[in-house]
Amino acid sequence: MSMNPNMSQDTILKVEGLKTYFPTRTGIFKAVDGVSFELKRGKTLCVVGESGSGKSVTARSILQIVDKPGRIEGGSVLLTRADGSVTDLAKLDPRGKDIRSVRGKEIAMIFQEPMSSLSPVHRIGTQIGEALRIHFGTPKKEQRERVLELLRQVEIPRPETAIDRYTFEFSGGMRQRVMIAMALACNPQVLIADEPTTALDVTTQAEILDLIKKLQQSHGMAVLFITHDMGVVAEIADEVLVMYRGKVMERGPVEQIFHAPEDDYTRRLIGSVVKLEKKAEVRLTRAAIPAEAAPLLDVKNLSLTFPSGLKAVDDVSLTVRSGETLGIVGESGSGKTTMGRCLLRIYDPQSGAIAYRRPDGSTIDLRTADRASLKDVRREVRMIFQDPVGSLSPRKNVGQIIAEPLKLAGMRGKDVEDRVAELMRQVGLDPGWRERYPHAFSGGQRQRIGIARAIAVKPRLIIADEATSALDVSLRSQMLDLMMSLQDQLGLSYVFISHDMSVIRYMCDRVAVMYRGRIVETGDTDQVVNHPQHDYTRALLSAIPHPDPRDRRIHKRFRYDPTVKPTGIVSANG
Amino acid sequence: MTDITNLPPEGGPSLDLTGKDIAVAGQWRLFWLKFKKHKVALVSLVVILFMYLVAALADFIAPFDPNATNARFTYAPPQSLSLFHDGSFQPNVKQLKMTLNTQSMRREFVPDPTKPVSVGFFVKAPQPYYLLGLIPMQTKLFGITNPQVGDSLYIFGADRLGRDIFSRVVHGAKISLSIGLVGVFMSLILGVTIGGISGFFGGWADLAIQRFIELLRSIPTIPLWMGLAAAIPVGWPPLRTYFVITLIVSLIGWTSLAREVRGKFLSLRSEDFVIAARLDGMSEIGIIFSHLVPSFMSHIIATLTLAIPSMILAETALSFLGIGLQPPIISWGVLLQEAQNIRAVAQAPWLLFTPAAAIVISVLSLNFLGDGLRDAADPYESVS
Repeated sequence: MSMNPNMSQDTILKVEGLKTYFPTRTGIFKAVDGVSFELKRGKTLCVVGESGSGKSVTARSILQIVDKPGRIEGGSVLLTRADGSVTDLAKLDPRGKDIRSVRGKEIAMIFQEPMSSLSPVHRIGTQIGEALRIHFGTPKKEQRERVLELLRQVEIPRPETAIDRYTFEFSGGMRQRVMIAMALACNPQVLIADEPTTALDVTTQAEILDLIKKLQQSHGMAVLFITHDMGVVAEIADEVLVMYRGKVMERGPVEQIFHAPEDDYTRRLIGSVVKLEKKAEVRLTRAAIPAEAAPLLDVKNLSLTFPSGLKAVDDVSLTVRSGETLGIVGESGSGKTTMGRCLLRIYDPQSGAIAYRRPDGSTIDLRTADRASLKDVRREVRMIFQDPVGSLSPRKNVGQIIAEPLKLAGMRGKDVEDRVAELMRQVGLDPGWRERYPHAFSGGQRQRIGIARAIAVKPRLIIADEATSALDVSLRSQMLDLMMSLQDQLGLSYVFISHDMSVIRYMCDRVAVMYRGRIVETGDTDQVVNHPQHDYTRALLSAIPHPDPRDRRIHKRFRYDPTVKPTGIVSANG
Repeated sequence: MTDITNLPPEGGPSLDLTGKDIAVAGQWRLFWLKFKKHKVALVSLVVILFMYLVAALADFIAPFDPNATNARFTYAPPQSLSLFHDGSFQPNVKQLKMTLNTQSMRREFVPDPTKPVSVGFFVKAPQPYYLLGLIPMQTKLFGITNPQVGDSLYIFGADRLGRDIFSRVVHGAKISLSIGLVGVFMSLILGVTIGGISGFFGGWADLAIQRFIELLRSIPTIPLWMGLAAAIPVGWPPLRTYFVITLIVSLIGWTSLAREVRGKFLSLRSEDFVIAARLDGMSEIGIIFSHLVPSFMSHIIATLTLAIPSMILAETALSFLGIGLQPPIISWGVLLQEAQNIRAVAQAPWLLFTPAAAIVISVLSLNFLGDGLRDAADPYESVS
């Protein structure tokens, strides 16, 4: 330990030339390759990057909790304590006493998955108190008082009863609050937050971001916030570090990153985010789709109750006109995926009607259709799945996967080969890759394979269930553009299910907002986005982080409380 | 954002995805690549293959008829092989000279260095035989080059009737190792069929089958086996007894496999790619054979490999207790039965250690092999 005169007063953590490598079968993977940054008291540094950019490994390297076989190969992590002493964390033994006394006490971390980061077999009071016991040896009684105080700080309702509960009794947002309380237990100087809101709904995310900000101000912590969401960055960051493949592409104040990026990669990243902030250009110029007498799909009063008693789809009515894209937006658990699956009879809804207009003009009710006609209709109505990994059989190569619906439709021999090649070209894949297996493709490419399979039998309607959610933001607009160009080429209609308002706004003509199994609002996308009628829609829209640091708005958001009947303004939080 | 959550340490996965060969590698190639990393399992695979080869070629490898008795060499100890005699290269063992210890009233064998018994490869067998039951042969892998009266070659000693333990263990491998395979094969048929029905149809069929499996598993195995084995008529031909014993040991074995298959069916049925196939209009039978079976095939192979040792041990246990296979059939359990009394073990420990070593080596190797196969069974875990 030594005094370091070069560091300014406010710098708590100084990372310099950090290198973390993973040895692999064929060589060395440089997950973090020469990363440098500083964390200042009371300031937030956001690390952004796409998946695989090394941002999580950077954070884990600071606390020396990198997964095996990764190890720190070089660089320094200098922690300045309150008394002025400086320690290089990178030099400490990862299992030693010194680093353990830093973890949780001086540098605390919160993780992405609040469920798996908390133990299900201990009461939350015990879990939060553990850090106090380990670092200060606080007696039981004092521990409890301190935990209650922490729970109050993280705004958990009724802390006196909450302290004796188990994690599974809490919702995702509440669990993340518990995690934060745990992190704050020892008054750390630095808080590392690794995608703490990624697994949460957008309204819950806004609450957690608010809370972190508030606690940072009251505790004077430095926050290292890792995220892939540029909107979140714009809302909370003071400084930004852009990472790509283990290297720092650009580092600077948030204003500069968003409004005067110097690096090409940053520019592209910001570009792809900003692109999704408005309607797609190809859709702006297109004439509105006329309301027809007989829509392609007319769903009336559809309801599905699961055997558990959960009313997943509750009296849903909607229409899809031919050639249009209908967006279904809602948070997790709103029943949008279940509803989409009902349309194809993957689930059997108990009541209502799904009237689908066949190409010959006749209408068929899919809810009561028999097997044979359902089989025919399923060639015309196709599905694109959310998970690009799970929806492709890993044991078949790409050619076989795309050919499957063709063969089942009766196509044989050379025709199949030709059609597969044509489809692959159509979705932007090299037909020469048909021998490859899905594991050789990236998430975006796999989703293209899924699209190729969906359009193989010349469908009329495609139900796309969160088709872009698993993709990085830079790929998202590409995928949406591809889907729209296919729509124009093939005259497709889409039901586009998403939790992400920006992709809905980018691509959909009309949108239906789902909340707890019901559709609370339907209308033209512009209308719903700019002039929401229902309070829930307003709350949802106002909680979306806006990728412009000059216009931070989530702290001014509108909150929706379903127990209060909408009478205009329910509660505005300032 | 599954892409982010599922990425363990970024880029850390054990398979390199950049190689062109990996891109076009199918399930079995990935399986092999992953299995190869498990060195112990790889060695075990070689050991197991070697043991099965020995069992298959038992008639050729065993130097003597396993049932040929020799009153002269009762409880003869293992003879050590020397490579030279009189300064020249001549593999040989020394003839055993028997003396009667009048105090302990035991026969004692002392090698006589003046009387070498020369040993060689590919010697002529006393009796012609059929290798694998097909190829007529009269050559043994090794043996006494020029047998004379009084010559003997007991590399692992002799038993109470002067039979060669090595030959008996080699012949015992035929029965003991094959009973595992046949038993596992029966388990496979029963397990996959019943487990498949249970997982596929669900409902009351599933309920009935699962309760039945629980019932079967709740019965203590040894008493069950004993009861069933006791019911085998003594007068039955050895071959029929063998098959009935196999049936008995596989009676319990199929239940775990059936559960495994059912579990796989249930978890795979809700996978997106199976739903996609159903939406493509594929029939249920088509889905089973084109998607489900390839997906759990590797798991089944691993489970089966892990089931073989328990079959082998079950046969050994039954035969050891005297209710399984009976002499003149030779199995490792039957050989151990000979070593049951303490006097025999004290006087001739090779009666116990030779078959026991064979059992331990084969069971351990099969377990390691099964472990390796199980780890490799889902080669996509680390990739996706």
